[in-house]
Parts: sequence; structure tokens; C-alpha cells
Amino acid sequence: MSSKLPSHIAPAATPGTPSRQPVYALVGNPNCGKSTLFNALTGLKQKVGNYPGVTVERKVGTAYTQHGHPLTLIDLPGTYSLAARSPDEAVTRDVLLGRRADTAMPDRIVCIVDATNLERNLYLVHQILDLGRPVILVLNMMDLARAAGLDIRVARLEKELGIPVIACEASKGTGIIDLKLAMSRPELPLSRHAWTVPAAIATAVSELQASLQDNDKKPPLIARAEALLLLTDQDSVRVAGSTPLSARTEEILRGWEKRWETEGTDWAGVLVNARYDAIGELTAEVVHTAGDLAAGPSASDRIDSVATHPVWGWVVLGSIMAVMFLSIFTFAGVPMGWIEGLMATVSGWVSALLPEGELHDLIIDGGLAGIEGVIIFLPQILILFLFIGLLESTGYMARAAFIMDRLMSKVGLNGRSFIPLLSSYACAIPGIMAARTIEQPKDRLVTILVAPFMSCSARLPVYLLLIAAIMPTDEVPIGTKVGLMLLMYALGTFGAFGFAWLFKKTLLRGAPPLMIMELPPYRLPRLRDVFMQMVERGGLFIKRAGTVIFALSVVLWFLASYPKVPDDQNDTDALAHSYAGRAGHVIEPAIAPLGFDWRIGIGLVQSLAAREVFNSAMSVIFAVEETGDEDADTGHLRDAIRAAERPDGTPLFTPLICLNLMIFYVFSMQCISTLAVVKRETNGWKWPLFQLGYMTGFAWLVCLGVYQVGTALGF
Amino acid sequence: MSALLKLSELAVNQSGTVREMPKAGVAFIRLREMGLMAGTPVRLVRVAPLGDPIEIKVRGYSLTLRKSEAAEILVEPAAAN
Ligand SMILES: Nc1nc2c(ncn2[C@@H]2O[C@H](COP(=O)(O)OP(=O)(O)O)[C@@H](O)[C@H]2O)c(=O)[nH]1
Repeated sequence: MSSKLPSHIAPAATPGTPSRQPVYALVGNPNCGKSTLFNALTGLKQKVGNYPGVTVERKVGTAYTQHGHPLTLIDLPGTYSLAARSPDEAVTRDVLLGRRADTAMPDRIVCIVDATNLERNLYLVHQILDLGRPVILVLNMMDLARAAGLDIRVARLEKELGIPVIACEASKGTGIIDLKLAMSRPELPLSRHAWTVPAAIATAVSELQASLQDNDKKPPLIARAEALLLLTDQDSVRVAGSTPLSARTEEILRGWEKRWETEGTDWAGVLVNARYDAIGELTAEVVHTAGDLAAGPSASDRIDSVATHPVWGWVVLGSIMAVMFLSIFTFAGVPMGWIEGLMATVSGWVSALLPEGELHDLIIDGGLAGIEGVIIFLPQILILFLFIGLLESTGYMARAAFIMDRLMSKVGLNGRSFIPLLSSYACAIPGIMAARTIEQPKDRLVTILVAPFMSCSARLPVYLLLIAAIMPTDEVPIGTKVGLMLLMYALGTFGAFGFAWLFKKTLLRGAPPLMIMELPPYRLPRLRDVFMQMVERGGLFIKRAGTVIFALSVVLWFLASYPKVPDDQNDTDALAHSYAGRAGHVIEPAIAPLGFDWRIGIGLVQSLAAREVFNSAMSVIFAVEETGDEDADTGHLRDAIRAAERPDGTPLFTPLICLNLMIFYVFSMQCISTLAVVKRETNGWKWPLFQLGYMTGFAWLVCLGVYQVGTALGF
Repeated sequence: MSALLKLSELAVNQSGTVREMPKAGVAFIRLREMGLMAGTPVRLVRVAPLGDPIEIKVRGYSLTLRKSEAAEILVEPAAAN
């Protein structure tokens, strides 16, 4: 079957609805500069959300034609092919095929390709041209193509394909005006590129096309494109929101597959080869290699000979990670101080305005503290996002995955889980949000489930307090204290990898993950784009997780403040009398076998706001006066908890209990912010609740063992 | 035609031409779609520090894959230079 597409003229937007803005979709391979182009076209007019039912980012922006008319631009997830392998790719496929009810089929498609690598990039374009929709082709990275000695005849390509082809350099903004002019054209020609569907599969394609037209009510060209796609779409990824195939079409497809299998026909291979043959003919005419292109290794090769070197590779990786963590610990403190200062000032104003009373307390200790609870995380989160963004857009992220893949494969994951897990040592929230780069949904979920085992910075104050309580004097060598601290980090890491292994063996079993990944050339990122992305991700955190965190903070405040004690007693009694205090008593039977009493129980309950709240809860319970001097306060708190006694006069915080409490903090899930983010990333409460249950349950079991064995041994 | 080697057995910096690829399997269809198919010249660029995965140059770009997949792809090594 040879289909010559008519070069007829397509209308700009759906006729009859002149008021509707035309919708353009932006598609391309990963790393071809798609986000950069999207930013250049839309500026700050972007909206980021999710496709309903799947955790795939939906980015929509408004661009303006040269005549100032607004148009909608959808940034579809990057993919190498329409035969989807991951939910992200499935969304791209479904939107282009008009399979998603929530997103209308785009009127026009802007395909962006990396000019330095035309052959592979044109594969996707070739599939898209089959759709018979108006397409504009953008050749990006023309600067790099020229530098590589490639001479690309744009006019020739335009003539061969019969569609507008625009040479671009998205990072500098060159070519954007030409692109906008092309987008503004009231009418766009359809591609006249013709290629021959190989004889071995031609009959099958016609049959499938006919069935798709009749049974699935697809327009002819889409039906043909979809028929072709079905042949390479093995184990195709179905995602929520996409309409399934009709039974008849499914049946025809299975029938052919069975027949080919017995005949030994490599149907998918034949089809892919035919496309690459057609592309080869095209590029032979269009791309000329000027000068000696193969002269010596490229800059990326030279960087990689160090960055992925068996020895230096580790040094580079270690240094980058060290810089990342040092930046978080040094720089985050400053804005966190500002936030605290700002919130104190605001509380001051509110205090001055409102009379003492319940409303006063609700706003200051509940509402404002809740807001602070949300934004106090922001500096750390933003710095992490900045680093993750830099790692992504420079191309180093792929190298880190390359280096770490072997280790991650030991627990059934692949190298892409490394950065999300590592980031979780600072804070699990950006780590979990960064897990979106993991293609396979099961691997992504496993990574999300185990990420909070990594000891985050909120656990640090708790560890420090408890280590100080175990070893109060300076006589103990500092090495012992550091060793104990490292032990906690190691326990969390083992927990994460152990459970990842377990989940991949049982609950979330799947094919061993692949590591088929492009190592993009190193590029100098545009800081503006990296900053925009950082702000965007930070905003998403506030928008989606912020409300939940805020609401739960207010609830926790309520639990810790009500019911009020009748007459004005001190804070210690007030807390003991409150619901939170009672909750401490209620959970005491559950935590007594771990050696914890109700007062520690209150600390555990209050830690739900953030683990470090344990320390302030202990300050209230043991009536430690705040002096404002942090070091002195910590010292007083340490002395206070060392002095704390059980009713029978024995010390409450024995070394064994302190150790056990630290272990509990390593393993248990106590952070509502993380749970809120997991809910957003997994689309429901099922997985966050599972995470809460399994982590806290495991913590309980381990602590039970440690305490029972420890007491039996006489500690 | 010289003896076929597994892609995973190429020496670092050794080039060759792909001769055989498994037909089925998501991994191999995707590899084909990314331009790796019978007749494509490849070069093994490097092996990751821990011995897996490998990096190859194909159609002018760098691609990684695990040795387990590479072992199923047969290449004809280019004449030694
Ligand atoms: N030299 C050059 N770099 C570019 C060009 N377009 C984008 N980049 C850079 O390529 C990298 C990847 O771009 P990005 O837009 O993130 O790619 P995406 O994965 O397709 O969204 C970034 O560091 C960009 O700054 C270009 O035309 N020339």
C-alpha cells in the first residue's frame, strides 16, 4: 500500500467555532530543547497541572501570533516514539490521536527536532506526519549542528516534506519570529511526504485501518496512523483517560500477530526499518557533512572521559553531591531565619490587633504556625529543585544514572532512582517529586515509597538531642557521637534499599527495569529556564501540598490546645490536659513495649507536623524555660530529659530508650507534608496510607526487638 | 564476513555493524525505534564504572543499555584498525 497524501489545505481552527483559540501541540524527543522553545513562545503565560487520573504533568501556555492573536500551546511530554512505553509517552500519543476526553485533539502540531541528530529525531516526526494533521517542523540546535560540521538544507527539507520547516536556536531566541509567522499562517499545507508501507504488513494495516474506521469511528488518516502504531505498540501502556480499542480491532490485531509469529515475520522490525529507510533517503538529500566532522572526540566525550571514569567519575559525583548538600545546609538557614522572623513580625501585628482569646490563639498558634509549617520547608526545597534542574538541563543527571545503575539494579531499580533517593537525605518532598523522571510507574512508586527512610534534615535535631542525652559530657570522644549519627543514616539507607528490594520482589513486581537511555550532550543551561522551573515546582508544592499541610497543622494545634484547662495553669499541664496529651496516654499501651511512656507519646504525635517538633514538645512537657539562646536551650533541654523520671523514680531517658527512640525516628513515617506530596504524586490516599502503615509498623517492630533484647541484656 | 560478536563483548572503542536483533520484546522495539537495527554501525564508547551498563554511539548520539540486552544483539566487528 502506498498512500500519497493529498497536499490539500487545512483550515487553521475548527470552522464554525471562530471564537475558540486554535490549539497547538508541541512535541519532540527528550533533550531536543522543547521546554526552552515552549518558554520562548509562551513567556510566563504558563499553567502547570496534571492530566486527570495520571501523574503526568500537563503544561499549557498562551502564545501570540505575529498579529497579536492568542493561541493555546500544549507542551506534550518528550518521547522518541508514539509507541508509548511510559505514562508520559502514553499521554503524548493519546493527545495526538485524539484519544483523551480531557484534551481536544490539537489543531496543529509543532514538531521540534535536534538538528544535530536528525535521523533519530525524524522518526517521531515520520509517525506524526502519518496523522495527516498540519505540522510545522522546527530544526532546533542549529548552532550545534553547524559546529558539528553539518550543513542542513532547510529549503530542501521543506520542499521534500511539503510543510514549513523553521531553523531555530531556541536558547538564543533565533528563529522564534519565523516560527511565529508560520504559526500565524491562516492555512498550512499538509505533508506530501509519501512512503511505502512494507508489503509484509500492508494487508494487515489496511484491515486494521478499516476496522478502526468502522468500529472505533476514527477518521481515515488517524485510523491508518493508529493501525501502523498498533504494530509497534507491544505491551502498550494504557493510562486513565484514554479510550480503549474496540473488541473487533483488538481481535484483528491479535490474529495477525499470531499469524506472523508462526510465519516468523518480524513485523515491528519491518515497519521500523521502512521508516528509517524513508528517513535515510530524506537526510541523504538534506544533510551534507561539511568538513571533517569526525575529527577527534567532541567536548561531551572529553567531559565524560572524566565524569564517567572508573575513579574520577566517583570523585565528580561525590563532589557534586557534597556541594549540593553543603549548599542546602549553609544557604537554606538564612531564608529560613527570614521566614521565622517575618512570621514572628506578622504574629506580633496580629497579637496587637486582636484581644487575647481563642480567636487570637487560633490565628497565631494555629493558622500562622500552619503557614509557617508550609513555607519553612521552601528554602531547602527550592535549593534542591535548583540543583535537580541544573543536573537535568546540563545533562549530568543521565550520567549519574549511568554510574549508579549497577548499584540500583541490585534492588531491582534502575539508575534513575538514584537522584530522587539521594535528594531525600535533605528532604523527601523534592526527592519524591523528582521521581517523575523514572519512566516505569512501578519503579517510580517503589522509589516514592522508600524515599522517606532516608534521614532528612528534620530528623537531625532529634538525633542531636538524643545523642547529647546519651553522651552528655565532652569526655566521650566526638568520634563515638559521629559514629552513632552515621549509624542512623546507615539504618535508614538499608531500610530504603531493603524495602525497595522487597517491594520489587512482591507487591510491585515487574519486568526488570531497562536502562535504555540517551546520554545527551553536555549543554550550558539557560539560568532563566532553570529558575522558572524551580519556581514552578516550588509553586506546585505550595498549591497542592500546602493546603493539606496547613489544614493538618491547624488540626494538630487544636489537638494540642483543647480542651483548655479551667484555670490558667502552666503550659506543661495544659498540654497534658489537651487531646494531644490524652493521645499520648491513649497510645501508651502501644508504645510501652518499646520503652516509651505517654510523654514521649505526645512528642511522637506532635512530630506529625514535622519531626523536629519533637524537641519543642519535650521543652513544653519538661517545662524548659526558653531563653532565646539556642545552644543554651538545647543544653537545658538535654539536662531536663536526662533528669526526667518514671513514676517509680527510675530515669525515663536511659541510653537504651534514647537509642530506641532514634531508631523509631529513622524508620517511622511521621511527616504529613511528605504524605500530602505522596498523595499528589500517586493520585490518591491509598499509597500514602500504605506508606504510613508499613513504615510505622516496621519502626514499631524493630524498636520492640531492640528494647526487649536490650532490657533482657540488662541495659 | 567475520564471526559475529555480542554487542556486550565489543571492546571499548571497537566499532561494528549490527547484524541480528531479537524480534520481540519492548526493549528491542524501542532500541530499533531509537535507530539501532540490523545494518546500523555502532561503537562501544565505554562501560560504566561498575561494569554495567554500557554506552554506545549510534547514529551520532550516545545511548546506554544494560549488558543483559546488549548480549542479545549480534554485531559484526569492523576490521581492526
Ligand atoms: N546550543 C543550544 N542549546 C540549546 C538550544 N535549545 C535548547 N538548548 C539547551 O539544551 C538543553 C536542553 O533543553 P530543554 O529545553 O530542557 O530540553 P527538553 O528536554 O527537550 O525540554 C538546555 O540546557 C537548553 O538550554 C539551542 O538551540 N542551542
